[in-house]
Amino acid sequence: MSALRLNAPLLAGLLLLGLLGLALGETPLGPDSYLRGLRPGTPEAQILWDIRAPRVAAAAVVGAALGLAGAVMQGLLRNPLADPGVLGVSAGAGLGAALAISAGLAALPGGVEAAALAAALATGALLTGLAARFREPETLILFGVALSAFAGALTSLIFNLSPSPIATSEILAWLLGSVANRDWGDLARAALPMLAGAGLCLYAGRGLVMLTLGEEAAALSGLPMARLRAAAVAGAALLTGAAVAMAGIIGFVGLAAPHLVRAAAGADPARSLTPSALAGAALLVGADLAGRLIPTDQELKLGVVTALFGAPLFALIAWRAARSWRG
Amino acid sequence: MNPALEVTGARVRLGQVEALRGASLTVRPGEVVGLVGPNGAGKTTLLRAALGLVRLEAGSARLGGREVAALADLQRAALAAYLPQERRVGWNLPAWRIASLGAASRPPARAREAAMQALARVGMTDQAHRGVLDLSGGERARVLFARLLAAGAPLLAADEPAAGLDPDAQLLALELLREEAQAGRAVVATLHDLALAARACDRLVVIAGGATVADGPPWQALSPGVLAEVFGLEGELIATERGPVLASRRLPHRVA
Repeated sequence: MSALRLNAPLLAGLLLLGLLGLALGETPLGPDSYLRGLRPGTPEAQILWDIRAPRVAAAAVVGAALGLAGAVMQGLLRNPLADPGVLGVSAGAGLGAALAISAGLAALPGGVEAAALAAALATGALLTGLAARFREPETLILFGVALSAFAGALTSLIFNLSPSPIATSEILAWLLGSVANRDWGDLARAALPMLAGAGLCLYAGRGLVMLTLGEEAAALSGLPMARLRAAAVAGAALLTGAAVAMAGIIGFVGLAAPHLVRAAAGADPARSLTPSALAGAALLVGADLAGRLIPTDQELKLGVVTALFGAPLFALIAWRAARSWRG
Repeated sequence: MNPALEVTGARVRLGQVEALRGASLTVRPGEVVGLVGPNGAGKTTLLRAALGLVRLEAGSARLGGREVAALADLQRAALAAYLPQERRVGWNLPAWRIASLGAASRPPARAREAAMQALARVGMTDQAHRGVLDLSGGERARVLFARLLAAGAPLLAADEPAAGLDPDAQLLALELLREEAQAGRAVVATLHDLALAARACDRLVVIAGGATVADGPPWQALSPGVLAEVFGLEGELIATERGPVLASRRLPHRVA
């Protein structure tokens, strides 16, 4: 299937969900209020463009980043179970955020996000170094498990030692993941790492195809594999770090998006990159919409929604895709 | 004319193990060289060292007369194609796409053409559009062999190209390597079947304990003395009308 024939419907679905995300929310708006919302300065315009629009955009950007990072990780590690969190970048970013909150940085605008991104970058740099030294995917996955566990343990330690229950619940709320109350400033701050990460991931694509033959055959393919592998790890780390910094830890989107598109995009990991990003964006905009529309006393956290719906959905995909995973 | 591949006095350490202790190997355009030796002798390591996939502690490895460690990725790919022993394939790409990865530096249409031609040579034209993970192990091995052929590089280095193939496919693989040599390419292959190696190769290089212990025409390289000392076999190669056979028995004092 040509790239356009897959990407066009995904993009249409994403735009439709985005419009729904703009149109529906806590404050019910009638048809005339949408018209008033087109005029700047009205309260309706504020709801639409300063509250809902950045929220929808944040969900789309974070979903796209996670979908793309997941597709790159699955290609790099030749493992359908890989996701953006597999190398420990999510856990590292979560630790950075937890440290920042417990240190009182939440008072500064963008302070927690900056700490999460910095921690993700440090984890990513460590992994890029490890990936250059150890080429076998299994080794990288083991390092990722160790890094994840260690960062998770340190986060637990912060909970454990935290003197104030307020900070603890703040950390927990942050880690559960949300795109509520994001403004255009948050999006602007995330733009640079997101764009750099996406660029690196797309550049690494042609190397991912070659890796399907294993490291040694790829090494003699003529492609600059060392550079492509480093780009894949660094790019996925940047995207994951920026996504966690913006929205907390959100599971399943990065794992499920590549599987959702694989049947149509084919097994070629390079061809699934853009569709995975679009599918991830649509999934997360949809999940955020669902979280807002499901009537609960406390608004459902995005990470909770994706896990609740994502896990069964993923089991279904796994069931149907089991055939193409052999080997 | 420079040899397509030339390794001299290679020493390689893999962790605690000294995998190569002064191994040498030369392959010239137009010849098929068989690399034989017992399990763990260092055949694969020697091929990997020749291709710059492991670092040499001492000695030199040259491709087309140039130090392999100094070659850029594209230059190295232009000088050598490699079929690793590892037959695992990560994703279920169609067979033609896997074969076309051998010609990755060519434009997509040309790469596809080269892949289809190579698949035809290994008898896999009918399976070209099937997913490579839906094929049997032997069929997959043929597709990966086609990838090696599609490269069109001046040196083909194949690690166990006959492993896992049917008897007729083993002969076909070696006939195809012979055709490549006749087209002026240099071919080196590690082989386990000594009779097959003797039949298909111009020259055999015998590796034992990480060093080259014999190098010459098959009958000379696999002399009864080498068979006994290196392979623990009492016996000899016997020429028959349909090719050589190895008449041997295991020497009782050795545990294979």
